[in-house]
Amino acid sequence: MKRREFLQSMTALAAAPMLSAPMVWSPARAQSRAETLLFVTEAGPNNFDIHGVGTNRPGYEVSWNCYDRLMSHGVKTLADGTASYDRDKFVPELAEEWSPGDMSITFKLRRNATFHDGTPITAKDVKWSFDRAVTVGGFPTFQMKAGSLEKPEQFVAVDDHTFRVDFLRKDRLTLPDLAVIVPAVYHSELVKKNATDKDPWGLDYTKTNIAGGGAYKVTRWQAGSEVVYERNEDWKSGALPKIRRIVWRIVPSAGNRRALIERGDADISFDLPNKDFAELKAAGKTSVVSTPVGNGILYLGMNCKNPPFNEVKVRQAVAYAIPYQKIMDAVMFGLANPLYGGEANRASSLAWPQPHGYATDLAKAKALLAEAGHQDGFDTTISFDLGSAVISEPLCVLVQESLAQIGIRATISKVPGANWRSELLKKELPMIVNFFSGWLDYPEYFFFWAYHGQNAVFNTMSYQDGAMDALIDGARKAAAEGDAGTYATDVKGFIDKAFAEVPRVPLFQPYLNVALQKNISGYRYWFHRQLDYRSLGKA
Amino acid sequence: MNQSARIDPAAAIPAVSAPAAAPLTAPAGLPVAAAPLARPSIARHARHVIAENPVTGIAFALFLAIAACAVLGPAIAPYDPLASDTAAALQAPSTRHWFGTDQLGRDILSRVMAATRLDLGIAVFSVALVFVLGGLSGVAAGFFAGWTDRIVGRIADTIMAFPLFVLAMGIVAALGNTVTNIVIATAIINFPLYARVARAEANVRREAGFVLAARLAGNGEARILLAHILPNVMPIMAVQMSLTMGYAILNAAGLSFIGLGVRPPTPEWGIMVAEGAGFIVSGEWWIALFPGAALMLAVFCFNLLGDGLRDILDPQRRT
Amino acid sequence: MIRQIGKRLATAIPSLIGVVIVTFLLTRVLPGDTAAYFAGPAATPQAIAEIRKTLGLDRPLPEQFVRYVADLARGDFGNSLTTGQPVITEITTRLPASAELTLAGLIVSMLVAVPLGVLAAVRQGSLVDHACRIVATAGVSLPVFFTGLLLVYAFYFLLGWAPAPLGRLDIFYSPPPQVTGFFLIDSLIARDFEVFRAALAQLALPALTLAIFSLAPVARMTRASMLAVLASDFVRTARASGLAPRAVIVTYAFRNAMLPVVTTLGMVFSFLLGANVLVEKVFAWPGIGSYAIEALIASDYAPVQGFVLTMAVLYVLLNLSIDLAYGVIDPRVRIEA
Repeated sequence: MKRREFLQSMTALAAAPMLSAPMVWSPARAQSRAETLLFVTEAGPNNFDIHGVGTNRPGYEVSWNCYDRLMSHGVKTLADGTASYDRDKFVPELAEEWSPGDMSITFKLRRNATFHDGTPITAKDVKWSFDRAVTVGGFPTFQMKAGSLEKPEQFVAVDDHTFRVDFLRKDRLTLPDLAVIVPAVYHSELVKKNATDKDPWGLDYTKTNIAGGGAYKVTRWQAGSEVVYERNEDWKSGALPKIRRIVWRIVPSAGNRRALIERGDADISFDLPNKDFAELKAAGKTSVVSTPVGNGILYLGMNCKNPPFNEVKVRQAVAYAIPYQKIMDAVMFGLANPLYGGEANRASSLAWPQPHGYATDLAKAKALLAEAGHQDGFDTTISFDLGSAVISEPLCVLVQESLAQIGIRATISKVPGANWRSELLKKELPMIVNFFSGWLDYPEYFFFWAYHGQNAVFNTMSYQDGAMDALIDGARKAAAEGDAGTYATDVKGFIDKAFAEVPRVPLFQPYLNVALQKNISGYRYWFHRQLDYRSLGKA
Repeated sequence: MNQSARIDPAAAIPAVSAPAAAPLTAPAGLPVAAAPLARPSIARHARHVIAENPVTGIAFALFLAIAACAVLGPAIAPYDPLASDTAAALQAPSTRHWFGTDQLGRDILSRVMAATRLDLGIAVFSVALVFVLGGLSGVAAGFFAGWTDRIVGRIADTIMAFPLFVLAMGIVAALGNTVTNIVIATAIINFPLYARVARAEANVRREAGFVLAARLAGNGEARILLAHILPNVMPIMAVQMSLTMGYAILNAAGLSFIGLGVRPPTPEWGIMVAEGAGFIVSGEWWIALFPGAALMLAVFCFNLLGDGLRDILDPQRRT
Repeated sequence: MIRQIGKRLATAIPSLIGVVIVTFLLTRVLPGDTAAYFAGPAATPQAIAEIRKTLGLDRPLPEQFVRYVADLARGDFGNSLTTGQPVITEITTRLPASAELTLAGLIVSMLVAVPLGVLAAVRQGSLVDHACRIVATAGVSLPVFFTGLLLVYAFYFLLGWAPAPLGRLDIFYSPPPQVTGFFLIDSLIARDFEVFRAALAQLALPALTLAIFSLAPVARMTRASMLAVLASDFVRTARASGLAPRAVIVTYAFRNAMLPVVTTLGMVFSFLLGANVLVEKVFAWPGIGSYAIEALIASDYAPVQGFVLTMAVLYVLLNLSIDLAYGVIDPRVRIEA
C-alpha cells in the first residue's frame, strides 16, 4: 500500500509542472529576449575558418563576422529601397586609409585595434594571414588567385602599422578581392602557438576557435545545433554593433522555420522555400527582403563534350523547349529575375546577368531537333543536387514534361551532396540544373570561370572554344588597362557567343530572400549571401 | 505444443461448430477428428472468424478495394497523374479536383490512385523477396541445423545489430534510389525476423513423424524441405508478411522524407506525404492529407489483415 | 550469473565484428567522393588528390580497414569531416539526448498502451476491445515524421500550447551541469526547476510522437499476455475464491502478465532508438540520429561507423540487461537457464 501511495504522489508531483504553461516568458526573460537576436537556418557551420578544408557556407558567415579584413564595402540603396553592399565603394575596416601605387597598394592600419584577447593587431599579423591564404590551397587560395594575389612575396609588412601589397600584374579584381571573406586577419601568435608540425598553419585550431579581432566572438558552439555570439565591446574597425548577443539555431525542417518566424519566436529566417517567402510577403506581418543575387544565374547546363548535346542545334532546341513561365510561376513564385525572352538573342548592355532571346516555342524546338537529325528524339538524364531539391526538383519535373513533347525522354536523377561535387568534376552528366554566382560582380569574372576553356570546375558543361577564350582574355586585359572601348566590344562579344551557342541556358537570376520581424533593421545584402550581423538592430 | 501434429486448421475448430448430427462428440474446445462427417472448410472457418471479429472483415474488404485500385487505378483516374498545370496549382479540393492540386497543378486524386499500384508493388515485392530469402534460409537453418544454422544465425544477428532504418538508408544511398533498391533494402532489414520465425518452425518439425515417413518413402532432403516443411511454415509467415507489407510502405515514406525515396515525378504515397508535409504550415493541408490517409488506410488494413489471418490460420496463437 | 553474462557477451562478439565489417564496406561503397566534397567548390583534380591523401582515402581498402580497427581498439572513432569534431566526443554528447527522448517516449507509450491493453483483455471481444485495437494500430500506420509534423502544426502553430520546436532547450536556458546528460535528471539534481520545466516542455511533442508510434506493439503484447494470464488456473482460483475483480486483475493477473511485456519493451526501445532519426530531424533534436543522417548524406564515414557501432553495442547490452531483469522478475526463467 505504501508503495502505491508513494508512486501516486510522485506522479502527481511530476505532472504538475507540465500543466503550468511554460510558454510565457518571465519578465526577466522578456528583457533579455529583446537584447538577443535569434535567427534560424537549415544548416550550421562545420568550421569557423574560411581557410579550412571543406568549410561550408555557414562557416563563411562565422568568418565574416568574427574576423576583420583590411577594407569592406560601403552601402547603397537599391531601387526597391533595400540596402546592399556597394561594389564600387570601399570603406575602411582594419585599414584606416590606403594609397594605391602603380604596381602596389599601401595600407595604414588602425593603431588601436586589438584581437579578442587584447593583443594589438599589427601588420605582421596581416602578412601572416595573407601568406596563409595563398598557401593553404583549396578554395581560399583559388579565390585569392582570382584577384592576382598568388605569392607570399607580394605581401610586405613595412612596419607595425603599414602593410603593402605588390601586384604581379595589373588586375582590376585585386582591390575587390582584398575585401572578400578570404583575406581575413588572424592572430598569428595565437594560431602559431596552437600549430603543429603536421599542421603548420594551425587549421585544426581555427576550425573550432576564433583567433581574430572582429565585431563578434563565439561563446558557445554545439555542432549541428546552435552557435551563440557575444559582441566584442572593444571593436574599433567600425561602428559598434547594436546587438549584444546573437543566437543561431539550426532547424532542419523548413515548415518549422516558417512557423517560428510567423509566430514571432524567431527574428530572422533564411532558407525558406520561395513559396513561403512569397506568402509571408503577401501577409505583411513580417518583412521579407528579396535581393537579386549579384552575378548569379540558375541555369540548365548541357555537356558540350559528348553527344547529343555537343551539337549546337540540339542545345538551342532545348533552350526553346524550356517552360520558362511555368517555372517562374510554380517554382520561383515570382521571386527571380527572368533571364529569358529578351528582345533579341544578343547582348543589350554590359550588365550581367541579362536575358537571352530564347522563349518557350515547342515548334521551333522540334524543328531544330529535326535539323540536327534527331527527329525521333533521344533518351537522356537531368541531374540536380539533392540539397537544392526544393527548387530543382519541381523545375526538373516541368522541364522533363516539356522535353517529352519534343521527343527527348529524360529521367530525373537526384544526386546527394557528396556525390554532386565529384559528379560535376567528372563532367559526364548530360544535363544538369545548377546555380553559380561569382563574388566579384564583373561579367568577365563570371565568364572566366564558367565559359573559359581552362575548364575550371565551374565550367560544368566542359565548353571549350578558342574564340570565346580570346574574347574573355581580351576583356580582362582591357579592364586591367582601363581600355573601355575594347572592354565593351569583348564583353558584348562573349555574351553574344554565349547566347548563340548556349552551352548553358540561363533561366533566372534568383533572389536572396530573408524574412525578418518588423522590428529588425539594418539588413544588408552582401555578395557572399550570408548575414552580416554588424549592421543589424532590434527595436 | 504438440510436436507431431501438422497444423490443421480444421482439427482445431471446436466441435460446437461441426455439423449438428454429431451429438456424441467430445465437449467444446477439444480437437476432434469427426471421421464420418466432412471437415468444415477453410472458407467456413474464415466466415466464423469474421463473424466474431468484424474488424477483420473490414480489413479484408479494404484489401480487396486497394488491390482493385492498384489494378484499375491508372485507367479510372480522372487526370493524368504526371500532367502539370501550373495555372491550377495549389487549389483546394473542389468539384473539379476532388483532392485538390499540388504545387505543379497535378491532380492529387489521380496521383493517389496511380500511387496505389507502386506502393502495393513495393509492399508485395519486398515481402516476396524477404519470404524467399529469409523463409528459405530460416527453414534450411532449422531443418539441416549444423553449419547452415550457424551461418544463417550469424547473418541474422549481424543485421539485427544495426539500427534498421539507418541500414536501409545506407543500402539505398549506396545502391541508388530506385524502387528496386528500396525493395531490396526493406527485404534485407526484415530478413532476420523471417529467418528466425522460419527456423523456429522448421526446428520443431525436424523430428516429426511425417518427416521421418517421407524420408523413409525415399524423398530427398530438398523435396522434404520444400514439399513438407515449407507448407507448414507458411501460415505463421503469412501473418508476418502482412505486417511487413505495411512496414515496407512506411519505410519507403521515411526514406522519401530524407530524399532517398523514389525518383520524381513518380507518384508514391510516401514521397507525396514527405513533400506535402512542407505545405502544412502554409495551409495547403490537402497535399499531404490525402496521400497520408491512403497510406494510413493501407498500412492499417495490412496490420489488421495480419491479425485476421492469424486468427484464421492458427487459432492457437490468437491474441 | 557472471558466467551467464560472459557467455552472452561472447556470443555477441561475432555479430559486433560483422557489424564493423559491414559498416566499413557500406560506407566505402557509398557514392560520393568525400575528398571532392571537402576540396571545396573550386577544386582541381590535383587538389582533390591531395585531400584524398591527407584523409588517407587513397590507401587500399584492407589497409584502411586495419587502420580503422587499430584506431577503434584505442577508442578513437575518427573525426567527423562535416563538423570536424572527434566522433567519440560527439556521440557521447548526443547519445543522452536521444536516450532521453526515447525513454520519455517509451514511458508515455507505456502509460497509455498498458492500460489500453489491460482494458482490451478484460473486455475481450467487446467494442472497447476493437476500439483499442484500432487506436493502437492507427498510431503505427502513419509515417512517424508525418505524425510529428502534424503535432507541431496543431500544438505549436495553431494552438500555441507547445513551445517552439527548437531542440532540447529554449535559447534562454543554458543546459544544467552535466551529470547524466539527461536534462530532466540533471536539472533536478541542480535544483533548477525553471530549466526542468523548459526541458520537459520541449520534450513533450517529440516524446508524444514516438509514443504514438510505439503504442501498437506494447498494447498488443499487453493484451495478449493478459489474455493468457486471465485464462490460467490461478486466476480462475482467485476468482472462484471470491476476490474482487479489481484485486484479481491488478494484484494477480497484471503482475504476471508484465513479464512478456518487459521483453517487448526492450525490443521497442531498441527499435525506437534506431527509428527516432526522423523525429530528431523534425524537432531539431541534437541526438545521434540526426547526426548519423547528416553524415550519411554527406558521405562522412566516421560518424556513420561510430553511430552504428554504438547502437550495436547498446543493443547487446540492452538485450543482456533485459534477460537479466527477466531472470530477476521470474525465477522460473533463471532456473531453466
